[in-house]
This record gives sequence, C-alpha cells and structure tokens, in this order.
Amino acid sequence: MAENQSLIPALIDRHQSALLDDWLDGMARGSPSGGTLRRDGETVEQAKRFLEQLRRSAQTQQFDDIYSQDWAPMRDLLEEVSRARAIQGFTPSQTATFVFSLKEPLFQLLRREIGGADRLGDEIWTATRVLDSLGLYTIETYAKTREELIGRQQQELLELSTPVVQLWDGVLALPLIGTLDSARTQIVMESLLERIVESGAEVAIIDITGVPTVDTLVAQHLIKTISAARLMGADCILSGIRPQIAQTIVHLGLELNVVSKATMADALALALRRSGKAIVDRTAPKSSRDD
Amino acid sequence: MSEIPILKIGDCLLVSIQVDMHDRLAMALQDDLTRRIVQDRARGVMIDISALEIVDSFIGRMLNNIAAMSRVLDAVTVVVGMRPAVAITLVELGLTLNGVRTALNVDRGLAMIRKIIDHGEQDDDRRGG
Amino acid sequence: MIVEADDTMPVRSSDDVVRARQAVRARAIAAGFSLVDQTKIITAASEVARNTVDYGGGGTMHIELLRNGQRRGVRLTFKDQGPGIADISLAMKDGYTTGQGLGLGLSGAKRLVNEFAITSAPGQGTEVILARWK
Repeated sequence: MAENQSLIPALIDRHQSALLDDWLDGMARGSPSGGTLRRDGETVEQAKRFLEQLRRSAQTQQFDDIYSQDWAPMRDLLEEVSRARAIQGFTPSQTATFVFSLKEPLFQLLRREIGGADRLGDEIWTATRVLDSLGLYTIETYAKTREELIGRQQQELLELSTPVVQLWDGVLALPLIGTLDSARTQIVMESLLERIVESGAEVAIIDITGVPTVDTLVAQHLIKTISAARLMGADCILSGIRPQIAQTIVHLGLELNVVSKATMADALALALRRSGKAIVDRTAPKSSRDD
Repeated sequence: MSEIPILKIGDCLLVSIQVDMHDRLAMALQDDLTRRIVQDRARGVMIDISALEIVDSFIGRMLNNIAAMSRVLDAVTVVVGMRPAVAITLVELGLTLNGVRTALNVDRGLAMIRKIIDHGEQDDDRRGG
Repeated sequence: MIVEADDTMPVRSSDDVVRARQAVRARAIAAGFSLVDQTKIITAASEVARNTVDYGGGGTMHIELLRNGQRRGVRLTFKDQGPGIADISLAMKDGYTTGQGLGLGLSGAKRLVNEFAITSAPGQGTEVILARWK
C-alpha cells in the first residue's frame, strides 16, 4: 500500500527550514484571503510548531478528519494561534492567513519533488483538503473567542450599570437603570447584598425611575431582590414609581409587599426617620442658642 | 444532649451552627433549645448561621420549627449572619422562613430582640423571607 | 461534549448527603463556578439527595465534570429503586413554601440549575438529572 501513502510528511521533514522561510515570507506579503501577518517572534514560533505538528499528524496518514484524536495537538495549537489573534484584535482573514499562506510554498515543494502528474495531483489535493480544514478551524475558533470576549464585556457593563450608593449611615440606594432581566437581577442582588454586609446598612432604597416597564417578570425580580435584602437584615423601600407604573402594578394585581415612595427624597426621609435621625434646619432663628 | 453548644446572653439564647447538620443533630438541637428556653426563661433565641455555606429546605424547616416552638414559649427567634450567596440561593429556591426574623449579625440580632421585647411587639411585619 | 471526570457515590443516609454536598462543591470549584453558582448547585444536590434518602429508600449519585467547547459544567444523576413518583407534575409544584407540602425539594432544585430532567413511575424508582453550567 506504499503507493497510496502520502509523501507529504517526509517532504516536510526534509525541507522544513526552507518551507518555513517561504511560508513566513508569504504571510508577510499577504494571501488571497486578504490578510497579512508580521514576521514577529510569536508568529515564527507558532509557524515552526505548526510545521512540526503537521508533519507528525500527517505521518498517521489520516487526512480526512481533522477532528479525530490524531489531529488533537494541531487543533490545540491552532486554538492558541486563533485566540491570541482574536484577543489582539486581528481580523478573521488575518488569522486564517496563517494557515492558507502555507499552500503556495507547500505546493511549490510538491511540484519540485514529485514526478508524475497523477501522483502530483493526488498529493496537492491531499494538502489542499487538510489546509482548508485547518484554516476553517482557525476561523471557527476565532469566532468563538470573539463571542467570549463580547460576553465578558457585556458582563462588565452590566456590573457597571448597577451601582449601589451609600446615601447615609446605614442607608443604601440602588438606582436601577434599564430593564431588569434575570441575568441583571443576579448581579443586582450580589452587589446589593455585598454592600449590605460591608456597610451594615439596615435600609436599602431601590429606585426604579429608570426602569421603563414593570410587568409580572420584572415584579418577580424586584420581589426576589427585596426578599434577599431582608434575609440579610435590611428593609427595602421602593421609590421612583411613575404614575404609569403604578397603574400597571394595580392592573396586573401585583403584590409587591414593600413600602413605596414616589421619589428617592421621600424614601430617604423615611429611612432616616426609621433609624431615629432627624434633619434640622440650622439657619432657623432661635430665641435662645446654647452652642 | 446535642453537640451544638447553647450560650446564654442575658435573657437570650445563642446557638452557632458550625457543622453540616444531619437529622439526628437537628432533632437534638430542637429538643435542647425548647428545654433551655423554659429552663432559662429565655425571651429571645438567636441562631447564628454565618458558618453555613448552604441552607436547604431541611435546614429551613428546622429554623421554622424552632421559631414556631419559641413563639409558643413566648420567645422571639432571630436568624443572624446569613451569607449573601445563601440568601440569593434561598430566594431562588423559593424557601420562605415563616416567623423567622433576620438580622445581619449577633449585635444587631440582640438589639432587635431587645426592641421587640421591650416594646412588646410580637407581631410586627419585620419577618424574613 | 467531554466528561473530564466522574464519580459515583452512595446516597443512603444523612451522612451520605453531607458527603455528597462536599463532592459537588469540589467539582463546582474545579469547574470554576462563582460562589453563588456553587451554592446553587450544592443546594440543589442537597435537596435531591435528601429526597433520594427520605423517599427513594436510598440510592446513588453520579457526578460528572463536563466540558463543552470552552464552557464547563457539573452534571449530577440521582438514581434510586424506591417506590417512584405517581404524579410528577404534582411533585414538581411548590409544596414547601407553607412548610408542609410533601417536602419534595424538586421544584426548588429545578430553579437552581440550568438543566433538569426527572424520570419516575410507581414501582420503577426515580432518576433525577441536574446540570449547571458556568
């Protein structure tokens, strides 16, 4: 069966450094896929490893399925290459160029070393199949990495958009902006509860001026948040209920079971009263002053 | 005799749950507490769960039972030190602690018991859950 | 999807429930779960484990650490050869908010995980599968 064995592994082995050079030149020049890659230390290192891995995996003579166990180390390498490029902000084309730009130097090598049109044709086809699959794999991993990055950024944005503010000793305020979905609610609860522990607050004012609609789901999320705060020993006051929201709450028959005030100012006044504090007007004239 | 020590602080009893509870321990604790409330004429029971990483429905039922028994014996029950992760999970789980008040820590718990006993509020609406 | 690690343990007594929780905690930490997510899956496991002991006559818990691409997860399979549940939808109703109910923590456990599946019939035991992903 030696006739059907690919000569690619042996050829790569014999001509590795020349192939590497030509390949890196090609990357810098740019490939038909439209990207270019600098010849920097990282790229050179990855290219060397790629060729070595290609030779190894090709030696198994299994070219049809790059998802098989034989190609696992190659997949790992490409994931590394792809993730690094994705995080650095390269385009998918530039990332795929890494693989596709190997075609030209490899085909030239095959043409030089393999006699016989049929044999040459077979080998070029084998090389094409493998490199195309590997190039596509690179693009897929790239896409996954970008999605993860975006997901993380979304998470950070969510956290930034739910600040918990300490209005006074023992009084926290949580101004909610935007819709309250379950992902957001989890973050809101975590921030609020952590602040309650840190500050020892006994009152949390949840202001919903910035929440566009309150339907049954949003109400459930609010109730969860309020219950969680209560379990930590903090009472909640709901504020910022716009007239339309008040109507919706009544229409839907939602039982929020929490004291609510129209404005945060009113809520703060109530919170202070409850903790036994009073705000005194010091500019008011007094008949007798004992300073 | 349960393995969980019950401390007396003035007219309150303090229990710190430190270990993973199993059935026998929970039953023993409920028995002990009931006995001690009567014996020491306690007006308040504080259950410190700050060491608990998990509160499931079994523990929840135990806390509810303790609160119900204390109430019959004219004592107030306050659960203190719930961890944020536990509070979030309890709320998601849908477990309500009936007749169980909650406070941030032992100090606050004592102050709460004081306020309730001194002002005779046994039925206010500051219940947990 | 790959199973990176797995383990089976008996769930026959109250002590087993404690051990089961510890095992789930270890896997949840290995999967990189946040503290809240750890607490949720351990609590869910505790609920189902207790059911297995109290109503299923004892059984086993199979715990797997999963990997799906970049995501990692923990999957728990509880099996018992007990009497089985006659009406699953009734069992899944919120029964314990009143502190009475059947005490079945299944509906609560379901809310704490991403994936939940239950198979049960009278005389055929019960199998509950829970999974939570990071």
